[in-house]
Amino acid sequence: MDWINAIIQGALLGGLYAMFAAGLSLIFGVMRLVNIAHGDLIVLSAYVALTTSVGLGLNPLLALVIVVPVMAGFGYALQRLVLNRTMGDDLLPPLLVTFGLSIIIQNALLMGYSADPQKLQAGPIETASVNLGPITLGVMPVMVFAIAVAVIAGLQWMFYRTALGRAFRATSDRQDIAQLMGLNRAHVFGLAMALSLAVTAIAGVFLGIRTSFDPAAGASRLIFGFEAVIIGGLGNLWGTLWGGIILGVAQTLGAKINPGYQILAGHIVFLLILAVRPRGLFPRMDG
Amino acid sequence: MTNLTVSRSTPASTIAMVALGTAIIILFAAPWWAGRSELRLLGEIFLYMSLATLWNFLAGYAGLVSVGQQAYVGLGGYMFFAATIFWGLSPLVALPIAALIGAAISAPVAALIFRLRGAYFAIGTWVVAEVFRLTFAQISALGGGSGTSLPVSVAQSLADGRDAREALTYWLALGIAVVVIGAVFAFLRSRRGVALMAIRDNELAAKSLGIDIWWTKFTVYVVTAGLTTLVGGLIFLQKLRISPDAAFSVNDSTAFVIFIVVIGGIGTLEGPILGTLVYFALRETLADYGTIYLIALGVVAIAIMLFAPKGLWGLIRGHRGTELFPLSRRVRGLTEKGQ
Repeated sequence: MDWINAIIQGALLGGLYAMFAAGLSLIFGVMRLVNIAHGDLIVLSAYVALTTSVGLGLNPLLALVIVVPVMAGFGYALQRLVLNRTMGDDLLPPLLVTFGLSIIIQNALLMGYSADPQKLQAGPIETASVNLGPITLGVMPVMVFAIAVAVIAGLQWMFYRTALGRAFRATSDRQDIAQLMGLNRAHVFGLAMALSLAVTAIAGVFLGIRTSFDPAAGASRLIFGFEAVIIGGLGNLWGTLWGGIILGVAQTLGAKINPGYQILAGHIVFLLILAVRPRGLFPRMDG
Repeated sequence: MTNLTVSRSTPASTIAMVALGTAIIILFAAPWWAGRSELRLLGEIFLYMSLATLWNFLAGYAGLVSVGQQAYVGLGGYMFFAATIFWGLSPLVALPIAALIGAAISAPVAALIFRLRGAYFAIGTWVVAEVFRLTFAQISALGGGSGTSLPVSVAQSLADGRDAREALTYWLALGIAVVVIGAVFAFLRSRRGVALMAIRDNELAAKSLGIDIWWTKFTVYVVTAGLTTLVGGLIFLQKLRISPDAAFSVNDSTAFVIFIVVIGGIGTLEGPILGTLVYFALRETLADYGTIYLIALGVVAIAIMLFAPKGLWGLIRGHRGTELFPLSRRVRGLTEKGQ
C-alpha cells in the first residue's frame, strides 16, 4: 500500500512538473527558443508572490491575480526588448543570452532576499487532506494537479481553437510567410513569451507553497521541466503532462528506496527513455 | 607574371608566435620572479584559459553548446582523488589516468546525448553533470555529500618542501594550458580540423562532400572531455579539497567559462585567451562587490552577444581578419592588397 501511495503522490507531483514544462514547451513550439533562465523565472515568480502576499497580507493563492499579469508583462517586455534581437538561425545567441539572464536573476534575488530559504504560507489548506480508504490525499497536491490539467487543456484549446493559437501555429510553421500574411512576428513572439511566463507564474506560486525555495533553486526546476518535455515528446502538450507524471513517480519511488536517490532516479528514468525512445513516449503528432 | 602561393602564416602571426614563445619562457621562470600569491593567480589563469579554450573548441568550432562541462571537471577531481587515495598512485600518474577515464566515460555519454539537438543538447549535458554530482554524493568512501580532503602524504609526495610543490603545481597548470591550446591548434590545422570548420560553416554541404558529421563531432566531444577531466584533476590538486557541490558547480566550471569565451570572441583561438585575461582583470578589481560583480558580468555578456557577437577579438581584428594563430590559408601574389 505504501508503494501505491508513493505512486499516487508522485503522479500528483508530476502535475507541478508539467506546469514547469508547459511554459518551456510553448516557446520552443512557437519560436524554437530554449530558455535557460526558465527555472530562475519560476523562482522569481515565487519571490514576487512572496513580496505581494506578505506586503499586502494576501493569501498566496490570491496573490496569483497580481503575479500572473506581472510576469506576463515582464515576459512580453523581455521578448520584445532583448530576446527578439537574438532570434535567427544561430542557436547560440538566445542560449547564451538566456544563460546570462539566469545568472542575473539568481544574483539579483540573492541581493534582494538573501540566500535564506523562503516559503509561501497558504494557511490551513496546506495541511488539509481527504481520506479515500487506506490512501490519504492532500488537498493541495490534488488542487495543483487539477490546475495543471486545466492549464494544459487551456493551452491546447488556445492553440487549436483561437485566433492567437492560429497565429502561433502559423509563425511556428513559416515565420516569413506568417509575416507576409500580416502577422507581426515580433509581437507574436512577445505574446508567446508572455503566455509562457503566465504559466510559469502559476507554477512558481505552487512551487513556493509546496516547498521552500532559495535564489539557487531555479536550475533543477529547469531540468525537471526539460525532462518532462523530452519524456513526453516534443510539441505534445498532453505528452508533457505524462512526462511530468512519469518523472514525479520515478522520483517518489526513488525516494522510497533511499532518500538520496530521489532526484537521481528521475534523471536515470529520463536517460533510459532517451536511450530507448529518443523522440519521447508520445512524439509530436501534428504540425 | 605573378607567382601564386598559398600560406597560412602572415607577418602578424609570425610576430605573435615569436612573442608567444617568449612569453611561455618568461612564464616558465615565474617561480623565480613571482611571489606566492601571484604564482597561485597565474596558475588559476592558465586553468581557466584551458577550460575556455576547450569549451570554445566544443561550442565555437563543433557547434556542441554544452552547459555541462562541469561533469568532466568534477569527474577529473574525483578520479584524481580516487587514484591517489585508493590506488596509491603518484599525483603525476593519477592526472593522465583521470584524463583517460574521463575520455572513456564521455564516449557512451556522447552516444546518448547526441540524440538531442541544439539547445536541448545543452540541457542534456547539464542533466549528465547532475547525474555525476548526485552519484558522487552517494559514494561514502569519497566523503559522500560533504566531500573529502587530499591526504597530506599525497600532497607531500609531489615534491619536497612547500615552494617546490607550489612551483610544480604552477608548471603543471602552465603545461596543461600549452598542451590544450597546442592540441586544439594542431587539430584545427589537420584534415579533421578542416572538416570540422566545413561542418560549422554549412552542415549540409559538408555532408554532401562525404564528411562524417556524427563521427567528427564525437571525436571533438571525447577529446574535449578527456582534456577537461585533466584540467579538473589539476584544479582539485590546487584546491586540495573536493565536494560534490564544488566539483560539479555550474557557475565555476561552465558559467564563467562561457562568459570568458563570449567576451573574448567565440569561434577563434585568440578569443578565449583574451577573454581569460579580461575576466581576471575584472575579477581582481571588482570581486569585492560579490553579487553585483556577477550581475555585471551577466549584463556584459548579454550586451556583447547582442551588439558584438564576435566578442572583443572580433572587434580588434575588424574586417582584415587578422590572426595571431596561423590557421586559415591565404593566397599570395594575386594583388598587392592581398599580399
